[in-house]
Amino acid sequence: MKDLFRGELVRFTLEEPEVRAKAEVRWQRDTEFNRLADSDPSQLSSEKKIKEWFEKQSEDGFNPERYSFSVRTLAEDRYIGFLGLWVNLIHSEAWVGLGIGEREFWSKGYGSDMMKLCQQYVFAELGLQRLSLGLHEYNPRALRSYEKCGFRLEGRTRKDIMREGSRTDTLWMGILRDEWLQMQQGENQ
Amino acid sequence: MFDIQTQLYEGQDIRFGPIDHEKDSEIESKWTHDSEFMRMMETAPARPMSAAMIRKQYEKLEKQVEESKNLYHFMIRAKTDDRLIGTASVQRIEWANGNGFLHLGIGGAEDRRKGYGTQALQMLLRFAFAELNLFRVSAIVPEYNETAMALLKKFGFIQEVCRRKALERDGRRWDLCVFGLLNDEWRDQAQV
Repeated sequence: MKDLFRGELVRFTLEEPEVRAKAEVRWQRDTEFNRLADSDPSQLSSEKKIKEWFEKQSEDGFNPERYSFSVRTLAEDRYIGFLGLWVNLIHSEAWVGLGIGEREFWSKGYGSDMMKLCQQYVFAELGLQRLSLGLHEYNPRALRSYEKCGFRLEGRTRKDIMREGSRTDTLWMGILRDEWLQMQQGENQ
Repeated sequence: MFDIQTQLYEGQDIRFGPIDHEKDSEIESKWTHDSEFMRMMETAPARPMSAAMIRKQYEKLEKQVEESKNLYHFMIRAKTDDRLIGTASVQRIEWANGNGFLHLGIGGAEDRRKGYGTQALQMLLRFAFAELNLFRVSAIVPEYNETAMALLKKFGFIQEVCRRKALERDGRRWDLCVFGLLNDEWRDQAQV
Protein backbone atom coordinates (compact mmCIF):
# COMPACT_ATOMS: atom_id res chain seq x y z
CA MET A 1 0.00 0.00 0.00
CA LYS A 2 1.07 3.54 -0.74
CA ASP A 3 2.12 5.94 2.01
CA LEU A 4 -0.88 8.25 2.30
CA PHE A 5 1.09 11.07 3.86
CA ARG A 6 4.25 11.18 1.76
CA GLY A 7 4.46 12.55 -1.78
CA GLU A 8 7.45 13.30 -3.98
CA LEU A 9 8.18 16.74 -2.53
CA VAL A 10 6.06 17.08 0.59
CA ARG A 11 4.51 15.17 3.44
CA PHE A 12 1.31 15.70 5.43
CA THR A 13 1.62 16.23 9.19
CA LEU A 14 -0.42 18.01 11.79
CA GLU A 15 1.66 20.59 13.62
CA GLU A 16 0.95 21.64 17.20
CA PRO A 17 -1.44 24.60 17.67
CA GLU A 18 1.48 26.85 18.83
CA VAL A 19 3.54 26.03 15.74
CA ARG A 20 0.58 26.50 13.39
CA ALA A 21 -0.37 29.82 14.99
CA LYS A 22 3.22 31.13 14.74
CA ALA A 23 3.32 30.32 11.03
CA GLU A 24 -0.19 31.63 10.26
CA VAL A 25 0.45 34.94 12.00
CA ARG A 26 3.37 35.43 9.60
CA TRP A 27 1.56 34.14 6.46
CA GLN A 28 -1.54 36.31 7.00
CA ARG A 29 0.58 39.48 6.53
CA ASP A 30 1.01 38.53 2.87
CA THR A 31 -2.15 39.97 1.33
CA GLU A 32 -1.38 38.50 -2.09
CA PHE A 33 -1.43 35.09 -0.42
CA ASN A 34 -4.77 35.92 1.27
CA ARG A 35 -6.32 37.15 -1.94
CA LEU A 36 -5.29 34.04 -3.82
CA ALA A 37 -6.61 31.76 -1.09
CA ASP A 38 -9.91 33.44 -0.18
CA SER A 39 -12.67 35.79 -1.33
CA ASP A 40 -13.38 37.29 2.10
CA PRO A 41 -11.62 40.56 2.87
CA SER A 42 -8.15 40.08 4.28
CA GLN A 43 -7.96 40.33 8.05
CA LEU A 44 -5.25 40.22 10.72
CA SER A 45 -5.75 38.04 13.79
CA SER A 46 -3.61 37.76 16.90
CA GLU A 47 -1.40 34.74 17.50
CA LYS A 48 -3.43 34.05 20.64
CA LYS A 49 -6.72 34.01 18.74
CA ILE A 50 -5.37 31.79 15.95
CA LYS A 51 -3.94 29.36 18.50
CA GLU A 52 -7.32 29.19 20.21
CA TRP A 53 -9.00 28.27 16.89
CA PHE A 54 -6.55 25.43 16.36
CA GLU A 55 -6.89 24.31 19.98
CA LYS A 56 -10.64 24.25 19.64
CA GLN A 57 -10.26 22.16 16.49
CA SER A 58 -8.21 19.56 18.34
CA GLU A 59 -10.52 19.62 21.38
CA ASP A 60 -13.52 18.94 19.15
CA GLY A 61 -11.87 15.61 18.39
CA PHE A 62 -12.55 13.43 15.38
CA ASN A 63 -15.03 14.92 12.95
CA PRO A 64 -15.62 12.62 9.95
CA GLU A 65 -16.46 15.63 7.79
CA ARG A 66 -13.42 17.80 8.51
CA TYR A 67 -9.73 17.02 7.86
CA SER A 68 -6.70 19.28 8.31
CA PHE A 69 -3.13 18.71 7.29
CA SER A 70 0.06 20.70 7.75
CA VAL A 71 2.56 20.43 4.92
CA ARG A 72 6.33 19.94 5.27
CA THR A 73 8.91 19.64 2.52
CA LEU A 74 10.74 16.33 2.32
CA ALA A 75 14.10 17.88 1.42
CA GLU A 76 14.44 20.60 4.09
CA ASP A 77 11.68 19.52 6.48
CA ARG A 78 10.31 23.09 6.21
CA TYR A 79 6.73 23.74 7.30
CA ILE A 80 5.39 25.59 4.24
CA GLY A 81 1.59 25.37 4.15
CA PHE A 82 -1.68 23.62 4.86
CA LEU A 83 -4.46 21.65 3.21
CA GLY A 84 -8.00 21.24 4.52
CA LEU A 85 -10.94 19.05 3.48
CA TRP A 86 -14.63 19.71 4.07
CA VAL A 87 -16.55 16.49 3.44
CA ASN A 88 -20.23 15.90 2.70
CA LEU A 89 -20.74 12.23 3.53
CA ILE A 90 -24.38 12.16 2.36
CA HIS A 91 -23.41 13.05 -1.20
CA SER A 92 -19.91 11.57 -1.03
CA GLU A 93 -18.13 14.78 -1.94
CA ALA A 94 -15.16 16.68 -0.53
CA TRP A 95 -14.09 20.31 -0.98
CA VAL A 96 -10.42 21.13 -0.71
CA GLY A 97 -8.68 24.35 0.26
CA LEU A 98 -4.91 24.69 0.37
CA GLY A 99 -2.21 27.29 0.67
CA ILE A 100 1.55 27.63 0.60
CA GLY A 101 2.43 30.44 3.00
CA GLU A 102 6.17 30.37 2.29
CA ARG A 103 6.48 32.24 -0.98
CA GLU A 104 9.83 30.78 -2.03
CA PHE A 105 7.99 27.47 -2.50
CA TRP A 106 5.49 28.88 -5.01
CA SER A 107 5.58 27.71 -8.65
CA LYS A 108 7.84 24.74 -8.00
CA GLY A 109 5.42 21.84 -8.02
CA TYR A 110 4.77 21.71 -4.27
CA GLY A 111 1.09 22.61 -4.70
CA SER A 112 0.57 19.87 -7.29
CA ASP A 113 2.28 17.36 -5.04
CA MET A 114 -0.01 18.41 -2.14
CA MET A 115 -3.03 18.00 -4.43
CA LYS A 116 -1.99 14.52 -5.53
CA LEU A 117 -1.72 13.44 -1.90
CA CYS A 118 -5.09 15.02 -1.24
CA GLN A 119 -6.73 13.15 -4.14
CA GLN A 120 -5.23 9.88 -2.93
CA TYR A 121 -6.60 10.57 0.55
CA VAL A 122 -10.08 11.50 -0.70
CA PHE A 123 -10.50 8.58 -3.10
CA ALA A 124 -8.34 5.82 -1.60
CA GLU A 125 -8.85 6.46 2.13
CA LEU A 126 -12.15 8.32 2.50
CA GLY A 127 -13.67 6.46 -0.47
CA LEU A 128 -15.56 9.47 -1.79
CA GLN A 129 -17.06 9.94 -5.26
CA ARG A 130 -16.05 13.52 -5.98
CA LEU A 131 -13.49 16.20 -5.08
CA SER A 132 -14.30 19.87 -5.71
CA LEU A 133 -12.59 23.23 -5.48
CA GLY A 134 -12.95 26.88 -6.39
CA LEU A 135 -10.33 29.43 -7.40
CA HIS A 136 -10.04 33.00 -8.64
CA GLU A 137 -9.52 33.67 -12.34
CA TYR A 138 -6.49 35.83 -11.45
CA ASN A 139 -4.75 32.71 -10.14
CA PRO A 140 -3.61 31.01 -13.39
CA ARG A 141 -0.81 29.23 -11.54
CA ALA A 142 -3.37 27.32 -9.47
CA LEU A 143 -5.51 26.61 -12.54
CA ARG A 144 -2.58 25.01 -14.37
CA SER A 145 -1.66 22.96 -11.33
CA TYR A 146 -5.20 21.64 -10.86
CA GLU A 147 -5.56 20.83 -14.58
CA LYS A 148 -2.32 18.90 -14.35
CA CYS A 149 -3.82 16.95 -11.46
CA GLY A 150 -6.82 15.93 -13.59
CA PHE A 151 -9.45 18.44 -12.43
CA ARG A 152 -11.94 19.60 -15.04
CA LEU A 153 -13.18 23.16 -15.24
CA GLU A 154 -16.94 22.94 -14.66
CA GLY A 155 -17.84 26.58 -15.04
CA ARG A 156 -17.33 30.06 -13.71
CA THR A 157 -19.52 32.40 -11.69
CA ARG A 158 -19.24 35.61 -13.70
CA LYS A 159 -17.91 38.75 -12.03
CA ASP A 160 -18.26 37.05 -8.68
CA ILE A 161 -15.92 39.12 -6.59
CA MET A 162 -14.48 42.61 -6.48
CA ARG A 163 -10.71 43.03 -6.39
CA GLU A 164 -8.95 46.38 -6.69
CA GLY A 165 -11.99 47.92 -8.37
CA SER A 166 -12.54 45.15 -10.94
CA ARG A 167 -15.02 42.31 -10.95
CA THR A 168 -13.43 38.89 -11.44
CA ASP A 169 -14.82 35.42 -12.05
CA THR A 170 -14.65 32.49 -9.67
CA LEU A 171 -13.74 29.21 -11.37
CA TRP A 172 -15.11 25.85 -10.22
CA MET A 173 -13.41 22.52 -10.80
CA GLY A 174 -14.10 18.90 -9.99
CA ILE A 175 -12.67 15.43 -10.38
CA LEU A 176 -14.68 12.21 -10.11
CA ARG A 177 -13.53 9.01 -8.54
CA ASP A 178 -13.53 7.14 -11.88
CA GLU A 179 -11.43 9.83 -13.51
CA TRP A 180 -8.88 9.63 -10.73
CA LEU A 181 -8.77 5.82 -10.86
CA GLN A 182 -8.21 5.95 -14.60
CA MET A 183 -5.32 8.39 -14.11
CA GLN A 184 -3.76 6.05 -11.55
CA GLN A 185 -3.93 3.14 -13.98
CA GLY A 186 -2.28 5.30 -16.63
CA GLU A 187 0.57 6.12 -14.27
CA ASN A 188 1.12 2.53 -13.19
CA GLN A 189 1.43 1.18 -16.74
CA MET B 1 -39.11 52.92 -13.66
CA PHE B 2 -38.56 51.99 -10.06
CA ASP B 3 -39.07 54.60 -7.45
CA ILE B 4 -38.99 54.84 -3.71
CA GLN B 5 -42.73 54.29 -3.53
CA THR B 6 -42.42 50.82 -5.02
CA GLN B 7 -43.62 48.44 -2.32
CA LEU B 8 -40.98 45.73 -2.08
CA TYR B 9 -43.11 43.30 -0.11
CA GLU B 10 -46.33 43.56 -2.14
CA GLY B 11 -46.84 41.50 -5.30
CA GLN B 12 -49.90 40.96 -7.44
CA ASP B 13 -51.34 37.97 -5.58
CA ILE B 14 -48.73 37.45 -2.88
CA ARG B 15 -46.85 39.34 -0.23
CA PHE B 16 -43.64 38.83 1.76
CA GLY B 17 -44.02 38.79 5.52
CA PRO B 18 -42.19 37.78 8.68
CA ILE B 19 -42.45 34.40 10.40
CA ASP B 20 -45.54 33.56 12.43
CA HIS B 21 -43.93 31.03 14.76
CA GLU B 22 -47.11 29.26 15.82
CA LYS B 23 -49.11 29.07 12.60
CA ASP B 24 -46.32 28.77 10.02
CA SER B 25 -44.56 25.94 11.85
CA GLU B 26 -47.68 23.76 11.53
CA ILE B 27 -47.75 24.32 7.77
CA GLU B 28 -44.03 23.97 7.16
CA SER B 29 -44.13 20.74 9.14
CA LYS B 30 -46.65 19.40 6.60
CA TRP B 31 -44.35 20.40 3.72
CA THR B 32 -41.48 18.39 5.21
CA HIS B 33 -43.69 15.29 4.92
CA ASP B 34 -43.69 15.80 1.12
CA SER B 35 -40.40 14.15 0.16
CA GLU B 36 -40.62 15.16 -3.49
CA PHE B 37 -40.88 18.83 -2.51
CA MET B 38 -38.01 18.54 -0.02
CA ARG B 39 -35.77 16.89 -2.61
CA MET B 40 -36.43 19.74 -5.01
CA MET B 41 -35.64 22.31 -2.32
CA GLU B 42 -32.68 20.88 -0.40
CA THR B 43 -29.61 18.75 -0.92
CA ALA B 44 -29.75 17.72 2.75
CA PRO B 45 -31.66 14.45 3.29
CA ALA B 46 -35.44 14.82 3.33
CA ARG B 47 -37.02 13.90 6.66
CA PRO B 48 -40.40 14.55 8.23
CA MET B 49 -40.21 17.23 10.91
CA SER B 50 -42.62 18.15 13.68
CA ALA B 51 -43.90 21.69 14.14
CA ALA B 52 -41.80 21.88 17.31
CA MET B 53 -38.65 21.16 15.29
CA ILE B 54 -39.61 23.78 12.74
CA ARG B 55 -40.10 26.33 15.54
CA LYS B 56 -36.56 25.56 16.77
CA GLN B 57 -35.34 26.17 13.22
CA TYR B 58 -37.14 29.51 13.13
CA GLU B 59 -35.35 30.55 16.32
CA LYS B 60 -32.00 29.53 14.83
CA LEU B 61 -32.84 31.37 11.63
CA GLU B 62 -33.79 34.59 13.40
CA LYS B 63 -30.64 34.38 15.51
CA GLN B 64 -28.60 34.00 12.33
CA VAL B 65 -30.36 36.96 10.70
CA GLU B 66 -29.58 39.06 13.74
CA GLU B 67 -25.97 38.01 14.21
CA SER B 68 -24.55 37.25 10.78
CA LYS B 69 -26.22 40.05 8.79
CA ASN B 70 -25.80 38.00 5.62
CA LEU B 71 -29.30 36.51 5.40
CA TYR B 72 -32.73 37.92 4.53
CA HIS B 73 -35.68 35.57 4.91
CA PHE B 74 -39.34 36.01 3.93
CA MET B 75 -42.53 34.07 4.27
CA ILE B 76 -44.60 34.17 1.08
CA ARG B 77 -48.31 34.68 1.79
CA ALA B 78 -51.43 34.79 -0.37
CA LYS B 79 -52.93 38.28 -0.36
CA THR B 80 -56.49 36.95 -0.30
CA ASP B 81 -56.36 35.05 3.00
CA ASP B 82 -52.78 35.57 4.26
CA ARG B 83 -52.14 31.81 4.20
CA LEU B 84 -48.52 30.66 3.98
CA ILE B 85 -47.63 29.41 0.50
CA GLY B 86 -43.85 29.43 0.46
CA THR B 87 -40.52 30.85 1.59
CA ALA B 88 -37.97 33.09 -0.11
CA SER B 89 -34.53 34.16 0.99
CA VAL B 90 -31.24 35.75 0.02
CA GLN B 91 -28.47 33.80 1.72
CA ARG B 92 -24.70 33.72 2.17
CA ILE B 93 -24.32 37.37 1.19
CA GLU B 94 -20.71 38.55 0.84
CA TRP B 95 -21.02 42.29 1.31
CA ALA B 96 -17.51 43.12 0.18
CA ASN B 97 -18.15 41.33 -3.11
CA GLY B 98 -21.83 42.15 -3.53
CA ASN B 99 -22.96 38.58 -4.14
CA GLY B 100 -25.47 36.17 -2.61
CA PHE B 101 -27.59 33.06 -3.17
CA LEU B 102 -31.36 32.93 -3.73
CA HIS B 103 -33.59 30.22 -2.27
CA LEU B 104 -37.27 29.98 -3.12
CA GLY B 105 -40.03 27.41 -2.73
CA ILE B 106 -43.81 27.12 -3.00
CA GLY B 107 -44.69 24.52 -0.39
CA GLY B 108 -48.34 23.61 -0.80
CA ALA B 109 -49.12 21.31 -3.73
CA GLU B 110 -52.38 23.19 -4.35
CA ASP B 111 -50.46 26.48 -4.67
CA ARG B 112 -48.08 25.29 -7.39
CA ARG B 113 -48.45 26.09 -11.10
CA LYS B 114 -50.34 29.29 -10.33
CA GLY B 115 -47.59 31.77 -11.08
CA TYR B 116 -46.77 32.40 -7.42
CA GLY B 117 -43.17 31.29 -7.93
CA THR B 118 -42.77 33.76 -10.78
CA GLN B 119 -44.18 36.59 -8.69
CA ALA B 120 -42.04 35.64 -5.70
CA LEU B 121 -38.85 35.50 -7.76
CA GLN B 122 -39.66 38.86 -9.32
CA MET B 123 -40.01 40.36 -5.84
CA LEU B 124 -36.94 38.59 -4.50
CA LEU B 125 -34.82 39.88 -7.39
CA ARG B 126 -36.09 43.39 -6.88
CA PHE B 127 -35.15 43.10 -3.21
CA ALA B 128 -31.69 41.65 -3.93
CA PHE B 129 -30.79 44.14 -6.67
CA ALA B 130 -32.68 47.33 -5.77
CA GLU B 131 -32.64 47.13 -1.96
CA LEU B 132 -29.54 45.09 -1.04
CA ASN B 133 -27.78 46.51 -4.13
CA LEU B 134 -26.06 43.21 -4.83
CA PHE B 135 -23.96 43.01 -7.98
CA ARG B 136 -24.97 39.43 -8.73
CA VAL B 137 -27.00 36.51 -7.37
CA SER B 138 -26.67 32.75 -7.77
CA ALA B 139 -29.10 29.86 -7.46
CA ILE B 140 -28.21 26.18 -7.06
CA VAL B 141 -30.50 23.64 -8.77
CA PRO B 142 -30.26 19.84 -9.02
CA GLU B 143 -30.47 18.72 -12.66
CA TYR B 144 -33.82 16.99 -12.05
CA ASN B 145 -35.58 20.21 -10.97
CA GLU B 146 -36.74 21.33 -14.41
CA THR B 147 -39.42 23.68 -13.05
CA ALA B 148 -36.81 25.72 -11.20
CA MET B 149 -34.52 25.87 -14.22
CA ALA B 150 -37.32 27.08 -16.49
CA LEU B 151 -38.25 29.76 -13.97
CA LEU B 152 -34.67 31.01 -13.62
CA LYS B 153 -34.17 31.10 -17.39
CA LYS B 154 -37.35 33.13 -17.75
CA PHE B 155 -35.72 35.82 -15.62
CA GLY B 156 -32.51 35.79 -17.66
CA PHE B 157 -30.39 33.60 -15.39
CA ILE B 158 -27.55 31.88 -17.19
CA GLN B 159 -26.28 28.45 -16.22
CA GLU B 160 -22.71 29.18 -15.24
CA VAL B 161 -21.52 25.99 -13.60
CA CYS B 162 -22.35 22.31 -13.88
CA ARG B 163 -20.95 20.48 -10.86
CA ARG B 164 -20.88 16.99 -12.39
CA LYS B 165 -22.39 14.16 -10.34
CA ALA B 166 -22.26 16.12 -7.11
CA LEU B 167 -25.52 14.72 -5.71
CA GLU B 168 -26.43 11.17 -4.71
CA ARG B 169 -30.10 10.23 -4.89
CA ASP B 170 -32.17 7.19 -5.89
CA GLY B 171 -29.01 5.16 -6.27
CA ARG B 172 -27.42 7.37 -8.89
CA ARG B 173 -25.42 10.56 -9.20
CA TRP B 174 -26.89 13.84 -10.43
CA ASP B 175 -25.35 17.13 -11.56
CA LEU B 176 -25.78 20.28 -9.51
CA CYS B 177 -26.29 23.35 -11.69
CA VAL B 178 -25.39 26.85 -10.59
CA PHE B 179 -27.26 29.72 -12.25
CA GLY B 180 -26.26 33.38 -12.11
CA LEU B 181 -27.80 36.76 -12.87
CA LEU B 182 -26.05 40.14 -12.77
CA ASN B 183 -27.65 43.34 -11.57
CA ASP B 184 -27.35 45.11 -14.96
CA GLU B 185 -28.76 42.07 -16.80
CA TRP B 186 -31.75 42.18 -14.48
CA ARG B 187 -32.17 45.94 -14.83
CA ASP B 188 -32.13 45.68 -18.63
CA GLN B 189 -35.12 43.40 -18.72
CA ALA B 190 -36.96 43.99 -15.46
CA GLN B 191 -40.53 45.17 -15.82
CA VAL B 192 -42.23 46.98 -13.00
